[in-house]
Amino acid sequence: MADKQTYAPGSHPDLPPPPGTIGIVGWLRTNLFSSVNNTILSLITIYFLYWLIQSVAGWFVLDAVVDASSRAECREIDSGACWAVITKRIGQFVYGFYPHAERWRPNVAFVLLFVAVAPLLYPKTPMRRQLLWFSAAYPFVAYFLICGGILGLPEVGTNTFGGFMLTMIVGVTGISASLPLGIALSLGRQSRLLSVRVISIAFIEFMRGVPLITLLFVASTMLNYFLPPGTTFNLLLRVLIMVTFFASAYIAEVIRGGIQAIPKGQYEAADAMGLNYWQTTRLVTLPQALKISIPGIVNTFIGLYKDTTLVVVIGLLDPLGIGRAALADAKWNGLSTETYLFVALFFFVSCFAMSRYSLWLENRLSTEHK
Amino acid sequence: MKKILIAMAGLAGVVAATSANAGTLEDVRDRGHLNCVVNTGLTGFASPDDAGNWTGFDVEFCRAVAAAVLGDASKVEFVTATGKTRFTKLAAGEGEILSRNTTWTFSRDVDLAQTFIGVNYYDGQAFMVPAALGVSSASELDGASVCIQTGTTTELNLAEYFSSNGMSYEPVPIETNAEARESYLAGRCDVYTTDGSGLAATRATFDAPDAHVILPEIVSKEPLGPVVREGDDNWADIVSWTLKAMMAGEELGITSANAAQLGAQVNDNPEINRLLGVDPLQGAEQAGLSSDWALNILSQVGNYAESFERNLTPLGLSRGMNALARDGGLHYIPPIK
Repeated sequence: MADKQTYAPGSHPDLPPPPGTIGIVGWLRTNLFSSVNNTILSLITIYFLYWLIQSVAGWFVLDAVVDASSRAECREIDSGACWAVITKRIGQFVYGFYPHAERWRPNVAFVLLFVAVAPLLYPKTPMRRQLLWFSAAYPFVAYFLICGGILGLPEVGTNTFGGFMLTMIVGVTGISASLPLGIALSLGRQSRLLSVRVISIAFIEFMRGVPLITLLFVASTMLNYFLPPGTTFNLLLRVLIMVTFFASAYIAEVIRGGIQAIPKGQYEAADAMGLNYWQTTRLVTLPQALKISIPGIVNTFIGLYKDTTLVVVIGLLDPLGIGRAALADAKWNGLSTETYLFVALFFFVSCFAMSRYSLWLENRLSTEHK
Repeated sequence: MKKILIAMAGLAGVVAATSANAGTLEDVRDRGHLNCVVNTGLTGFASPDDAGNWTGFDVEFCRAVAAAVLGDASKVEFVTATGKTRFTKLAAGEGEILSRNTTWTFSRDVDLAQTFIGVNYYDGQAFMVPAALGVSSASELDGASVCIQTGTTTELNLAEYFSSNGMSYEPVPIETNAEARESYLAGRCDVYTTDGSGLAATRATFDAPDAHVILPEIVSKEPLGPVVREGDDNWADIVSWTLKAMMAGEELGITSANAAQLGAQVNDNPEINRLLGVDPLQGAEQAGLSSDWALNILSQVGNYAESFERNLTPLGLSRGMNALARDGGLHYIPPIK
C-alpha cells in the first residue's frame, strides 16, 4: 500500500488507453471483430478478397507479358494479360500520329498548361499576378506550339492529332471555354432585355435538347453540305466549337441554379447600397452563385471530359479510337480487354483528379452554413 | 424580297463552287500530298502499325495513286472515317480518294454523286457460327441471334436473306469488328455476319479457330472498291488505271523487285514497254501523268498479287474470286495501249 498515490481532483496525469483499444489491434477489434456476426462477415470478406486478388493479380501482373511483338508471341510467353499492345503503342496512345520529331511540342504545351492553370486554381501560387497574364496568353501559346506554322516550327495538321493528346485538347478547350460562355448564358437567361433573354433561352434549350453525338455528326457531316468544298474549315475546330456550345448550355443551367439559390435579400441589399447591375453581378451574385454551383460545374466538366470519347464516331482517333485501330492490326487482334482497361485507367485518373480538386475547392470556400 | 434575292445569290455561289471541283490532280500536286480516306481500323485493309504508319490492302492502293501522280508512295495523308461519315468526308473534299472497303451499289454510285472506279476486292457476306452449334448451312439459322455491324450494306443483306427464306432472326447491333468479336465470343449472339474477308480475319485471331465454322453460303455480292467524287473524269481515270496498272503488273509478271530493271530495258512484250514508259503510252501525257507513272506504282508499292499476299494472305484469305481472269478469277484487265 506504500506506492498508492493520491491526487488532488483534476490533477491526475493522463494514462495511456488500455492495450487492445489502440493501434492496429484496437482498430481491428472495433472495426472488424466487434461481434460474432461481424467476425464471421470479416473472415468471409477477407477470404473473398484473397481469392479475388490472387486470381486477378495473376492475370494483371504475375502472368502478364509486357514485352512482345505480337499477340501470338504474348501467348507463347505467358497466359496473362498482354500489355505489350500498350507498351509497343504507347506513343500512339499518347500523341496519335503526331510526328515523332515534333512530340516535344505537345509535351511543352502540357507542362505549360499546369503553369497556366496554377494561378487560376490555387490562389497562393507565387507571382500570381504575373502568371495570370501568362494564363490569358496560354491558349494562343498552346495553339501555335501544337499546330506550328510560325517561328520556324513546322506545321502539323490536326488530322495527325490523336490519343490522350486529342482528349486533352478537346477536354481542356471545352472546359475552359464553356465556363465563361455558360456564365454569360446564365446571366443572359435572367436578363431584363427581351432579346438577350430569348436568344439565351433558345440557345440553351436547343443545345440541351440535342444529344452531343448529333451535334458531332452535324459538325462532321452537315456543315460540309453547307460549305463549298475547299472552304471546309478544320474538323477538329468544328468539334471544339460544338463541344463547347454543348457544355456551356449545361454550365449555364447549373449556374442559374446557383443564382436562384441566393436569397432575395442579397439583391435587395445590393440595390439599397446603390450598386448597379454589373457591380451586383460581380460582387454579390456570381461569387455566391459559383460557390454553390461548384459540384454541379465539376460534374458537368467530368461528363464533358468523358464525352470526348464520342469523337470516335466521326472518325477522330481519341484513345478509344487508337485502341480500336490497334486491335485492327492483325498482330494485336483480340486484345480488347487490355486496351479498354488501359483507356479506362487513363480516364479514371483524370476524372478522379478533377473531383478531388473540386472537393478541395469546396472546403476552401466554405465559410458558412456549417 | 431583296433579302431573299441575296440569299439565293449566295446559294448559287455555293452551288457553283461545289460543281467546280475539276482539277483534282493539280490540287494534289500543288499540295504535295494526297489525302486518302481510310477505315479507322480493319484487319488486313487498313490499320496503323506499331510505328504509326498505316498499312493494309486499301492503304497500299492510296500509296499506289500517290506514286502515280506524285512519284512518291509515301506522300499520302490518311483521313480516318467510320462507315457513317466516309461519303461526306469524300464529298466535302477532305480526301481525294475513298479507299475504305466500300461496296459498289447502284444508289451509292448514282444517288450520292460519286464515282466507283473499279473493284479491288470481290467480297461476299457470310456467316460464322460456333462449331458446337452443329449448323452446316445458313438455311438452318431460323430464330438465331445475329451480330451485325450497323450502317453497312450487310444489315440490309441479312434482312433480305432471312425474309426471302421465310426465316426470322434477332439482330444484335454492334459498331465495330472488335466489338463484334467480343460479343460473339461471349455468346451474346449465335451468329456473326459480315464480309467473308472480315470473318476469316476475325476467326484467325481466335484462340481456337477450329471451334468456329464459316458457313458455305455467300448471301451477297460485295464488290469493294475505291471511290472518287463525281465531276472530275480525268482524276477518276487516273485512279482507275492505277488499280488496273497494279493488276496488269501481276499479269505481265512485273513486281517491285524487277520493275526498275524492266523499265530500263527494251522488253520483248510491247505491253510491258508501254506500261513502264519504255515506249510512249498514248494519252498518258494528256491525262497529266509522267511516263514513269506505272513504273513508280510497281516499283514502290508492287503489283496486285504482292499487295494481296502482304496484307490478306496472312489472314488466311485465298485469291478465289480475286484471282486474275486468266487464273479463273474475276479481275479482267483492259489492254494497256
